[in-house]
Amino acid sequence: MEKDLNINIVEVTRIEGHGNIVIDVRKGRIKELRFDIIESPRFFEAMLRGRRYDEAHHIMSRICGICAVSHTSASLKAIESAMGIRISRQAALLRKLAFSGEMLQSHILHLFFLVLPDLVGAGSIVPLLESHPELARRTLGLKRLSNDICAVVAGRHIHPISLVPGGVAHTPGTGELKTLKKRLEDSFRELDALFEFLSGMPAPEFRLEREFISLKARGEYAAYAGEPFSSMNYPMDSISFRKRIKEYMVPHSAAKHAKSPRGTYMVGALARVNNNFRQLRPTARAIAKKAGLVPPLTNPFQNNMAQLVECFQMTEDAVAAIDKLLEMGPRPEPLKRPKAYGTGIGMVEAPRGTLYHEYRINKDGIVERAECIIPTAQNLRSIEDDLRGFIPGILHMPKKEISGLIESLVRAYDPCISCSTHIMDVRFV
Amino acid sequence: MRDFERPKAAFFSFTSCEGCQLAILSCEEALPEILKRIEVVNFREAMSERSDDYKIAFIEGSVSTEEEIARVTKIRERADFVVALGACATTGGLNCLKNRFPMDDVKRIVYGKDAGQIETVPARPIDSVIKVDYRLHGCPISGKEFLAFFADLVMGRSPRTPNYPVCVDCKMAGNICVFEKGMYCVGPVTRAGCDAICVTYGSVCWGCRGYVDDPNVNAHRETLKRYGLTAKGVAQKLDLYGGKKQ
Ligand code: SF4
Ligand code: SF4
Ligand code: SF4
Repeated sequence: MEKDLNINIVEVTRIEGHGNIVIDVRKGRIKELRFDIIESPRFFEAMLRGRRYDEAHHIMSRICGICAVSHTSASLKAIESAMGIRISRQAALLRKLAFSGEMLQSHILHLFFLVLPDLVGAGSIVPLLESHPELARRTLGLKRLSNDICAVVAGRHIHPISLVPGGVAHTPGTGELKTLKKRLEDSFRELDALFEFLSGMPAPEFRLEREFISLKARGEYAAYAGEPFSSMNYPMDSISFRKRIKEYMVPHSAAKHAKSPRGTYMVGALARVNNNFRQLRPTARAIAKKAGLVPPLTNPFQNNMAQLVECFQMTEDAVAAIDKLLEMGPRPEPLKRPKAYGTGIGMVEAPRGTLYHEYRINKDGIVERAECIIPTAQNLRSIEDDLRGFIPGILHMPKKEISGLIESLVRAYDPCISCSTHIMDVRFV
Repeated sequence: MRDFERPKAAFFSFTSCEGCQLAILSCEEALPEILKRIEVVNFREAMSERSDDYKIAFIEGSVSTEEEIARVTKIRERADFVVALGACATTGGLNCLKNRFPMDDVKRIVYGKDAGQIETVPARPIDSVIKVDYRLHGCPISGKEFLAFFADLVMGRSPRTPNYPVCVDCKMAGNICVFEKGMYCVGPVTRAGCDAICVTYGSVCWGCRGYVDDPNVNAHRETLKRYGLTAKGVAQKLDLYGGKKQ
């Protein structure tokens, strides 16, 4: 198709952070394609330098309000691995519970506030509240529940309080946990309704073979715990992760891009479902099958549905964690003290993908160096590659539709530009 | 502020984690009601439509680039009432930690040889650039406080900010003072209004809401005296949010 097209979407809306899309097609060929990142950098590595180890998680949580529990968790794991701290079983369960809450919260926020308006052709949830009041009520209820999970464990979701080096500084009561469990069990109804709705709106067709990277854990669906894994199956672990993944600056972006030894790869919900399909719990797996999300996955638009599958998974995970806590009888525990110093790595699956923190802590407990690799930075190259593959197939459409589809594709990645510009791979000494 | 019906409001995000906007989106039950009372014309995180016609501007984040200084100035020109949302906007917040180093070093630390590509100035609260009509403190803001402020705003009442230390909230919450456990806390010099939530959940007050107006007079003298401490000494020990004295 001999077509000229010039698209310049200034500030893609309904994503977390500021990004522009620039596309220039001449005579049916893509001359230029960029996803510009225009967020102001915040320099977290510089902020952390010279601060005490027990402030690091507090500071790093502020990288992103949406994935605050993930950044806090990765930070704590890095601190604890550097300082020879092993947290108790109860603390690990509580952290996992908060983690499920955050993953739920983030996915619901994305699906409801950012994706659903696309599906019904609205610009925001405001008209949706009028046109689909029942769906809105259910989804807001789910969001409330996910907030409350974090509030019960950590005081609040945005910048969790009780998650600290050496364990968890607050113990929820048995009553609170039981109430939460009941609400979680009831919430499957709401998730079912959301699933019905999303299934009625099939994702645009687009296939591209790809490499998926996520954590993978033994006996559980990787979220708080696990080691990095590639769908291409080459050896990789948390120690070699930083060597395998190369980050590089591109001229148009305040965020670094990343590539694996094989080139472009994708992280996030779709990657996790692809890599950990067999670890999904029964209900989540049944939903994945129903939605046709059986590996190998190829369509990035399905990331939305993968997030919903994970909502089921996180709800089941949260119930399981509460059951174990109730069995043990939660009680206040002293925090574990540091025994060593040196370098430590902390990795988790943040809602948007694999998150890596590495710190060097000296004998006075001062952070001397920090490096982080953030989910969205890892996806930027994949977003651009997908756009390149996707656009030729839709060039026959009117420009407005093309722009809409392009924005939807970018939004399906759920990019969190705040994270990706606020922290970079750094070395300071 | 008094006599307009369903005023147009806009939300803006500067150098921040967007957690304060999220804290508003997290007032789930109140959202439909809020949307009935104000017409949101700009909220990039949550809507595609946008407009430059608004009366109230909610601004989250610090200013940390020349571009942001220009942008925040424009917003002030358009809005009748500007609300600073959260520590980044009211005091500079954690962003000010980078101000401990020269900006060239900061850029080099993070971007190495690509530092030239990046523009930054020391992080500042927005009232260092424009006049601010109201401040909601905290990192993040408290949803409860936002809703109370919102009610005042739409009812035409003038909202009030607490000017007593977190220790007062802390006593009300029934907490044991962390000084008893040998931990440091900046509650005695920090503005209350958060129910001392950090102490309740096993941590200490980090000072995210900024200092009370006159920390030396208003500080919780008794607590400090019991432990042989001074407000200044405590604030020096925990200076995460001490970037800018207010
Ligand atoms: S004040 Fe805190 S929560 Fe609010 S935007 Fe700034 S860093 Fe985020
Ligand atoms: S010093 Fe801290 S822990 Fe003690 S009463 Fe004040 S706020 Fe509470
Ligand atoms: S206790 Fe202190 S750090 Fe925590 S929210 Fe209140 S003012 Fe902020």
